[in-house]
Amino acid sequence: MLFKESFQIALASLLANKMRSLLTMLGIIIGVGAVIAMVSIGMGVRSNVTNSIASLGSNMLIIMPGSSNRGGVRGAAGSMQTLKYDDAKAIQEKIPDVEYVSPTVSSSYQVVYGNNNWNTSVQGVTPELMSIRSLTVSYGAFISENDLQKRQRVAVIGTTVAENLFEDKDPVGQNIRINNQPYKVIGLLKSKGQSSMGQDQDDMVYVPLTTAQERMLGITYVQNINLQVKNADKMDQVQAQVEQLLRTRHHITGDKEDDFNVRNLTSLMQTVQQSTTMLTLLLGSIAGISLLVGGIGIMNIMMVSVTERTREIGIRKALGATFLNIMTQFLIESMVIGIIGGLIGIGLGCLASKLIAQAGSFTTVITPAPILVSFLFAVGIGLFFGIYPARKAARLDPIEALRYE
Amino acid sequence: MKEEARDATIQLRDIRKIYQIGEETLAALDGITLDIHKGEFAALMGPSGSGKSTLMNILGCLDRPTSGSYKLDGEEVSHLSDDQLAYTRNRKIGFVFQNFNLLSRISALENVALPLVYAGIGRRERNERAMHFLEAVGLADRADHQPNELSGGQRQRVAIARALVNDPHIIMADEPTGNLDTKSTKEIMQIFEAMHEEGRTIILVTHEPEIAACASRQLLVRDGKITRDEGKGVVMDVV
Repeated sequence: MLFKESFQIALASLLANKMRSLLTMLGIIIGVGAVIAMVSIGMGVRSNVTNSIASLGSNMLIIMPGSSNRGGVRGAAGSMQTLKYDDAKAIQEKIPDVEYVSPTVSSSYQVVYGNNNWNTSVQGVTPELMSIRSLTVSYGAFISENDLQKRQRVAVIGTTVAENLFEDKDPVGQNIRINNQPYKVIGLLKSKGQSSMGQDQDDMVYVPLTTAQERMLGITYVQNINLQVKNADKMDQVQAQVEQLLRTRHHITGDKEDDFNVRNLTSLMQTVQQSTTMLTLLLGSIAGISLLVGGIGIMNIMMVSVTERTREIGIRKALGATFLNIMTQFLIESMVIGIIGGLIGIGLGCLASKLIAQAGSFTTVITPAPILVSFLFAVGIGLFFGIYPARKAARLDPIEALRYE
Repeated sequence: MKEEARDATIQLRDIRKIYQIGEETLAALDGITLDIHKGEFAALMGPSGSGKSTLMNILGCLDRPTSGSYKLDGEEVSHLSDDQLAYTRNRKIGFVFQNFNLLSRISALENVALPLVYAGIGRRERNERAMHFLEAVGLADRADHQPNELSGGQRQRVAIARALVNDPHIIMADEPTGNLDTKSTKEIMQIFEAMHEEGRTIILVTHEPEIAACASRQLLVRDGKITRDEGKGVVMDVV
């Protein structure tokens, strides 16, 4: 028998029982809809977290000094003074896959302007930091190479600092005092808001690295070096190259311990992505269970349908329908329930995910993968749970079936 | 005897059908040997429980005998698979039932065309052929009606059109007039006689002597055996 005929027969019998067909589909509709909505929430969480990590700078490596170890007594991490500005310059020169290198020092100081004072974090940085942290200057300029070389007493301030010191006044061009030394404000940064760790990223004063080292702190080392790698694929390779270079520069040979640590933000990102993927899978599979229950609903209705249509099956068999003919007819019927239910479910799931995004402060992300997977799953469920009733129908004895009242 | 055996469209040899009911065995058919020739019109009579329905089911390839040989057009069909039997029913046998057995949700035309669906014939040809046979039973104007919009006699005529649509040379009718009034019964029997004149082999199960009288041969089944066989060998001249 032609496939088209089976399809028409199946469609006709579904239309003959519209209410029942719709109720059967409801299981699949809810299942598919729930999978899509749940996965879109999971994906939303994932993209939120990923974005906030990326806002720290993408493809980042952070080099920290190691902990000191004198006579078996270990100091705190970063307590060594081994990392130098020259190390940063050497990395920039010798490792080609490095995009930006930014060594920093930081300390907490009282910052004063007129009658106002504010306690904040002062960081000594190089111009490259702007690119790494994706900072934007809203007024004035950022620290330049020239400021760095001349150890200028200049500062770029964040919006929180500006609000507390200057209130409504334009800070650019004003002089502030840090650690009782005058600094000229040359730029105001655009607000970055809170970091994912809840830290106010605008409560910050940036000064040239050399100024901070020599005029403010009186030190020769740097507290950390941030690296941005050109290509995410090269992260591990660059990390190895940096470690090798620093070992050479610090004269560390053989199996002696490094006096520095290289941290990889990408691996942090991967960990977070793994856990959010788990969350998404969990949400999706809980929703998937309702899809399975919908499938059992299909089986239930198909069994009723087979019993109800025993006589029809008997007539068809008497007139020459083979096992396969009857099997196909009922399988197509249950698959059509899966297909139509799946399609409506996709529509409803997308709608639900949009509504959730609007109603709550959630981000939801709809991707084609869960739509495709849940749709195929719905069709597969229609097929799988249709097999048993269809077999039952196809195996009916025509004589018994014709006698059935 | 040999001559006769070669001609016979239906050739039963010592057909038995044994049912196992618990410990008891029941022989519904107890050694039936029967030849029915092409173009014969045979009436199968017998009280209920005589085994005539079982015999009908076996003749109609709806069931298989427990033992014995059944040759249909010279081909042994007693041990064909279910699907092979379905194929044989589709191509060689047209059924007419007492309660019509039409599908209620589809039109008369679609009902008539149903055997052609399983014969793998395309829609246009199916509808043409179904229409032709509906015309032949005088129901061309009812082609779009569903069975419940037709009278009993009309429904049976639709069923006859369906039995004829794949041009089988054997028509099996199981009490075809059992649910009909006298007028419809007369009409239906006229159609059967016309089919007989066309040269088709007709086997008709009935318990009414007047109906059986229309047939050229009367077979009486009792206790799983054929106890009477009258009018054997009367064959219409094939036109």
